[in-house]
Amino acid sequence: MENMINLTIDGISVSVPEGSTVLEAARAAHINIPTLCYLKDVQQIGACRLCLVEIEKARGLSAACVMPVSEGMVVRTNTPKLRRQRRVNLELLLASHNRECTSCVRSENCELQALCREYGVKEYPYDGAKKETSVDTASPCVIRDNSKCINCRRCIAMCNNVQQIGAIGVSKRGFKTKIGPIYDRSLADTPCVNCGQCIVACPVGALHERESIDDVWAAISDSEKYVVVQPAPAVRASIGEEFGLPMGVAQTGRLAAALRRLGFDKVFDTNFGADLTIIEEGTELIERLGSKDAALPMITSCSPGWISYCEKFFPEFIPNLSSCKSPHEMEGAMVKSYFAEKMGIDPESIVVVSVMPCTAKKYEAARPELGRDGMQDVDYVLTVRELAKMIKQAGIDFAKLPEEKFDDLLGESTGAADIFGATGGVMEAALRTVYEKVTGKTLEKVDFTAVRGTEGIKEATVDLDGKEVRVAVASGTANAKKLLESVKNGEKTYHFIEIMCCPGGCVTGGGQPIVSSKDLQYIDLKAVRAKALYDEDKNKKLRKSHENPEVIAIYKDFLGEPGGHKAHELLHTTYTAKPKY
Amino acid sequence: MALTKEQIAEKTEELKKFIAENKNMPGPLMPIMQFAQEKFGYLSLETQILIADSLGIPVTEVYGVATFYAQFSLNPKGDNVISVCQGTACYVKGGAKVLAKVEEQLGITSNQTTPDGKFTIQDTRCLGCCGLAPVMTINEDVYGKLTPEMIPDILAKY
Ligand code: SF4
Ligand code: SF4
Ligand code: SF4
Ligand code: FES
Ligand code: FES
Repeated sequence: MENMINLTIDGISVSVPEGSTVLEAARAAHINIPTLCYLKDVQQIGACRLCLVEIEKARGLSAACVMPVSEGMVVRTNTPKLRRQRRVNLELLLASHNRECTSCVRSENCELQALCREYGVKEYPYDGAKKETSVDTASPCVIRDNSKCINCRRCIAMCNNVQQIGAIGVSKRGFKTKIGPIYDRSLADTPCVNCGQCIVACPVGALHERESIDDVWAAISDSEKYVVVQPAPAVRASIGEEFGLPMGVAQTGRLAAALRRLGFDKVFDTNFGADLTIIEEGTELIERLGSKDAALPMITSCSPGWISYCEKFFPEFIPNLSSCKSPHEMEGAMVKSYFAEKMGIDPESIVVVSVMPCTAKKYEAARPELGRDGMQDVDYVLTVRELAKMIKQAGIDFAKLPEEKFDDLLGESTGAADIFGATGGVMEAALRTVYEKVTGKTLEKVDFTAVRGTEGIKEATVDLDGKEVRVAVASGTANAKKLLESVKNGEKTYHFIEIMCCPGGCVTGGGQPIVSSKDLQYIDLKAVRAKALYDEDKNKKLRKSHENPEVIAIYKDFLGEPGGHKAHELLHTTYTAKPKY
Repeated sequence: MALTKEQIAEKTEELKKFIAENKNMPGPLMPIMQFAQEKFGYLSLETQILIADSLGIPVTEVYGVATFYAQFSLNPKGDNVISVCQGTACYVKGGAKVLAKVEEQLGITSNQTTPDGKFTIQDTRCLGCCGLAPVMTINEDVYGKLTPEMIPDILAKY
């Protein structure tokens, strides 16, 4: 039993485990103390002084986010003095802030804006010199506008501590304090892997993705172009949040309907590409397991942030990377070959748009390795946030849409594809297929629960008819680092590893809807969104990728053998070591 | 004076040795950075990366410390080091205008070195002779009660 501590907050008695903070205890009393620099499980540094509270017998005001509770403590969170102090702190932040809410990406979803409204900031008494306004736009994925930065350091905690990339930091001091890369460089010239986790950690509009909304609208209205769209598995798990629908409920049918109404010529599904990936990756794994000199463990390659991380931080593992393209790249390649051929459309006139939970996919789509004959497999990548904006711009009432299906040929999928969006999902999907291919038996129990769950690193041993296969799953680059180091120093041996760049996998990717730090105190976002995908899987009749009838058809009509010549030409790729700086 | 390739290689070896000997002591970053600053006269990106990698911390952290404290310099120092005081007394008496004039004359900003390696301007707080405010020093020479107009003649002496 945990030791419980009793205290009163605004006259309400609460009992919380020892070691809790006043902020956490206040939650138990259903009181929200305002915060800015605090981000649950990411940063707790007591820097912004917005969460100030009065504690009886204590000197001065205390920061609730770092103040531990003690027996008999009497806390007040809502006094005239506190309300005034919080407002002054906000006014000081606004003094140098580039206040232009009407054109700001985060307007209506900005924690600073929300707090100013709550605390009744009406004027700018400390108005002073504004921050420098140069915007770093050189990165293919992440745009940094320091004129909106409030120096809360949540992005740094995410990049340095959670992800252990170390692309951004704080330099100088006083008014000149600056958050960003060293030497005022662009993010493009740093070890940044484009995961976008800094964007979802930022409370304000200082960080956002490079938008492709205008390009996609232009393609849709160009009558010469045949525009095909495909959403990733994890998009259905979160898109409803943007329209006030309950969290943790997949919106697959409405997603298909909304995409069709936006005017895309074909609404395919990256889920098909995910099933296809499993066939190719499963075949590759079986080949590697049977070969004497193939590099093992084989490591999955669907997460472009992870690929960048491997190329920059662990190039010695490049031979271990599966040569499979990621699902949306496979889908794009099939659209511009198989589909174009079948429909008699010039592939040059096709524009492939991917909707992704990810910012790194924007970089991936532009990789020269991922295309042929001067065409990229995928032309534009939209994040879930960008798609939601387009749906709003088009005046589509998403929440009321009827449910529709994806288009035939490249739109069918099995439950194995849905779970790609959660950490461990690609592993589970691969095991379902590899088991049946290797043993020739029917897999009755398709749930590999050992690789489910939100822990950063998971391990399991799978019995393939007498042959033991050791697998591991890591999400977040810090966990990937830990896992790879244990493989490198011989402490662990595995046959197959799944790595996702973002902690929790794609459901909590850098392109997903941004949930405020306040709500994140109450919600286990990784688990809630993952549940939406596991529910989709459970409710499907077909749950093994190799049973997807459209996948069976594409091999029969077009690709030939899995892992064969044509498949290699269209569905596989290469990687190269890259410098960090 | 710019360091030759050989000097840099030699000093880098010394730094590596110093890091190896000191990396396990508590709070090794500051002493290692101070050692490097003293050896090289400045902290190049390469030096910062070396320190970061050997301590297993991000370069951003080393860079953060290097830009936080005035004792560290990111650029090789020029032959003449100019400090224009920006302490409160000097600031009130127009220290900022003096600094602006120096920057304009040399075509560089604070904490930079002219391309010919002749001058470096250093960020400076109180120099301890507020009675003479606004104050500037060039190497060991002190100049007080300055006005922007006096700057060109002073610089011409070096
Ligand atoms: S960051 Fe927030 S407060 Fe600042 S301009 Fe954008 S919406 Fe407004
Ligand atoms: S995108 Fe990821 S790696 Fe790049 S700065 Fe942000 S958190 Fe760091
Ligand atoms: S960019 Fe955003 S998260 Fe990073 S310090 Fe600035 S306001 Fe905070
Ligand atoms: S000091 Fe507590 S939230 Fe910033
Ligand atoms: S403030 Fe300039 S010398 Fe003291």
